[in-house]
Amino acid sequence: MSTTAPGSATGTAIGAPLDRIDGPQKVTGTAPYAYEHHVDNPLYLYPLHSDIARGRVARIDAGEAEALPGVIAVISHHNAPTLADTRDRELAILQSDEISFRGQYIGAVVAETFEVARHAANLVSISYDEDRHDATFTPDRDDLYTPEQLNAGFPTDTEEGDVDGAFSSAAVTMDETYTTPVEHNNPMEPHTSVAVWEAGDLTLYESTQGTHSVRRLVAKLFGLDRERVRVVALHVGGGFGSKGLPHANTVLAVMAAQVVEGRPIKFALTRQQMFSCVGYRTPTVQRIRLGADENGRLTATSHDVVEQTAKIKEFAEQTAYATRTMYATETRRTTHRLAALDVSVPSWMRAPGEAPGMYALESAMDEMAIKCNLDPIEFRIRNEPELDAETGLPYSSRNLVACLREGAERFGWEGRDPTPRARQEGRWLVGTGVASGIYPVFRLPGSKVRISYRGDGRYAMEIGAVDIGTGAWTALTQIAADALGVGVESINLSIGDTDLPSASVAGGSSGITVWGSAIFEAARAFRERHGDDPAAGDTAEAGTPDNPDTENYSMHAFAAYFAEARVNEDTGEVRVPRMTGVFAVGNVINPKMARSQFIGGMTMGLSMALHEESLVDPRFGHVVNHDFAEYHIPTNADVGEMDVTWVDEDDPHVNPMGTKGIGEIGICGSPAAIANAVYHATGIRVRDLPITPDKLIH
Amino acid sequence: MRPYAYVRAHDVEGAVATLAEAPNAAFLAGGTNLVDLMKLGVETPDVLVDVRRLTSDRVEDLEDGGLRVGAAVPNSVLAADRKVRTRYPALSQALLVGASGQLRNLATTGGNLLQRTRCVYFYDTTTPCNKREPGSGCSAIEGHNKNHAILGSSEHCVATHPSDMAVAMAALDAFVNVLGPDGERRIPIEDLHRLPGDEPQRDTILEHCELITSVDLPPLRFLSNSKYRKVRERASYAFALVSVAAALDVEDGVVRDIRIALGGVAHKPWRATKAEETLRGEPASEENFRAAAEIELEDAEPLRDNAFKVPLARNVMVRTLLELSEER
Repeated sequence: MSTTAPGSATGTAIGAPLDRIDGPQKVTGTAPYAYEHHVDNPLYLYPLHSDIARGRVARIDAGEAEALPGVIAVISHHNAPTLADTRDRELAILQSDEISFRGQYIGAVVAETFEVARHAANLVSISYDEDRHDATFTPDRDDLYTPEQLNAGFPTDTEEGDVDGAFSSAAVTMDETYTTPVEHNNPMEPHTSVAVWEAGDLTLYESTQGTHSVRRLVAKLFGLDRERVRVVALHVGGGFGSKGLPHANTVLAVMAAQVVEGRPIKFALTRQQMFSCVGYRTPTVQRIRLGADENGRLTATSHDVVEQTAKIKEFAEQTAYATRTMYATETRRTTHRLAALDVSVPSWMRAPGEAPGMYALESAMDEMAIKCNLDPIEFRIRNEPELDAETGLPYSSRNLVACLREGAERFGWEGRDPTPRARQEGRWLVGTGVASGIYPVFRLPGSKVRISYRGDGRYAMEIGAVDIGTGAWTALTQIAADALGVGVESINLSIGDTDLPSASVAGGSSGITVWGSAIFEAARAFRERHGDDPAAGDTAEAGTPDNPDTENYSMHAFAAYFAEARVNEDTGEVRVPRMTGVFAVGNVINPKMARSQFIGGMTMGLSMALHEESLVDPRFGHVVNHDFAEYHIPTNADVGEMDVTWVDEDDPHVNPMGTKGIGEIGICGSPAAIANAVYHATGIRVRDLPITPDKLIH
Repeated sequence: MRPYAYVRAHDVEGAVATLAEAPNAAFLAGGTNLVDLMKLGVETPDVLVDVRRLTSDRVEDLEDGGLRVGAAVPNSVLAADRKVRTRYPALSQALLVGASGQLRNLATTGGNLLQRTRCVYFYDTTTPCNKREPGSGCSAIEGHNKNHAILGSSEHCVATHPSDMAVAMAALDAFVNVLGPDGERRIPIEDLHRLPGDEPQRDTILEHCELITSVDLPPLRFLSNSKYRKVRERASYAFALVSVAAALDVEDGVVRDIRIALGGVAHKPWRATKAEETLRGEPASEENFRAAAEIELEDAEPLRDNAFKVPLARNVMVRTLLELSEER
């Protein structure tokens, strides 16, 4: 071969469009996902869910189930292992007869086959003492409360200046309320555990975003030494946050493994079960008020959010977070209030906070641009801030304007007639919309990398990080190659196992920042200690170093989205034939995989804009459209042309790779671009997601 | 899933006889709906009698110029059939906008007619449902009912029939051939499916052991000017919010003959006979189409979430008829 493979020349790996190194395994079906790990003589678990939303289990009659051939155990609060730590009420299952939401795990059947377990579960007769439950989410409840802080530690409320005064004296004002529904993450691979409990040691093959975080938690819950718990996650079929924090399904699998000690337990959720216990995005009601002067400069911005949490455990989504830093404004207020309900616990779903918050803010910005008689791009540029208003810090880099301009060029924005309902092709009304995107650069603690020279020209690179389908296997290999100054073929990467050095969770789009920084640090330590000609067995270990620049700079990724929407005049059907996304995300490790992340994020944005809605029936307290026939996500036919690119952005402050994280920004703002395009097409402003035909037809 | 016995009969008579003896048995054809319902515990047969290889899997000419479609003809084969595509385009179109490629390969003509509703409460055994458990109550009437009926529902059930194919067949005036213990009978498709009344558990007039053996399509020439339009929330793989199958015969600008059926609006494919009667002999104009559609929908009784189906059904009827009158 005369040509060199991408990334094999020294110092060229970062930025090379390498194919996935796990690709051949995945397409040949040999990449072991959690459920596919071979274990000897496994048993299968099928859960028992509560059919009431609040009350107590009065009686569990498992006689018929236990008599069924192949049934090994029926587990309930009567015979479940006692947990060592019951403070987390989402996880402390089967410790009493109490029921706190519909769908809560109240037991499990363990059997020789999945089919027998499922059938036996139907034979378990359960009676309840039912209490009145409350699962009705409305913004006008009189028991809304103020959480102490929001998810990721953000403050609940902020206030700069006299917003009400500025609003009442503003030349132009808008005051609208936007709502988003409950949404469920629904990765392709459901939550899955294979738990082996043998002589006090637990091995858990787990579909998770964080092996070490699962180990910490499981060890604590079951009162085990951490060293006795091993968690393995070599390949994960998506998580979107739902596998970021362990949920009760993991606890149930481990409990069962303890009960039947010696035989492995396999537990994979059905699609329907994905809607009950593994987290979801809270519904939001967001009132946004904007005031501007005659020149279209914002003088007042307020974003007041009402959302839901579970009575048993608080999760406070940081929905108005982005509004605190997105635009310059003279005065600003953001607030979050929660309704605590008898429901399962909301949790992370791709860009918690920014995804619903930016839908509302960027819809409001579109409405305000129209009121100010300004092009929506020009309106945003006029309100571009010098500093991060929230912290007073300069941005490490902020290229939103470049994204908007580049996107306008690619999409063909120039000369756009802002008049709504003015373009038509056949029965289809045609419109275009734009929106901005933002996502913070998170830096999570607790990652370490070990590098060892194997003596054959290859380096073992070890970290317990997880690739949830994003391409971390490949990207980390590329980073390791450049950090050591070798070709990618010289790197033997090991990830996804707690036997490896600890790693933070694959969440908050932080993996490359955190793990990659640790790789650079370990490589530096290795070369310092062993030079460029190491001996076999030479090793070095290092953690993610502190970055003093985090104190001096506000670090965020930015994006601009453009969408064309077509709305059928007769039927209200919405189609999006094309979208453009332009990203300012620092350096890109692997353009192929980055492109997939952006397209995936924008497709999920399309899904949020037009399709996704978990219908909670408050009379029962659960999601009733709990399958893919009724809970819609886009099909291939719904996804049109996705034009994706990024601007050159050299950010020396974020980390040694100059990266900002790309997993979540694709869903932050893209739904608003579609909503704005639908308005432009129809003259109808839908402020309640998803935008379905019933909201557009008259 | 509850354990069950699997039986393969030698012929259709044997299959019917087996079911006549077994009150909790069911015919199995493609299984694309039945097996899902069994997994969920919605359907709990003791015995499955496999009829897939017993009925005809061919589309054949009838002496009167019509077509006979064997009950085992897969949806994908029927959709692709040249005669169907030219003589009954609405049927081919309806099949192709239903389900997915994989499901259409497996699903049969007979089975498609016997699909059960997609009401979320019917599918969820933890909620009351009169169709699944007579007398337990209807959760949809005061629950999430965006996808539910606006016509012909009862206080016991507001479910809709999910089939696209059946709506097209209703507009084409098809006949369903059925074999029972006492021999064959021929049912106009209009009469096959029921309105819920006080027996919502019964989707059709078929007796327990009656087996659909074929469907006959009539030899009417103007059915070649037919069309199926399905409105759904995404571009593929979704049940109809509203669908319209229509066939139109216009001469000198006047409606000579017409067939209209609606999907997604009732417990059965809804034959819009009032609209048809209104239009026969009248000029084929947008104004008349609209007036006729409104007459058909006068009796609509929308629920909390589905008032939009009234203007939607009206608009789609008007648009489909306009397209049919323009294309001639």
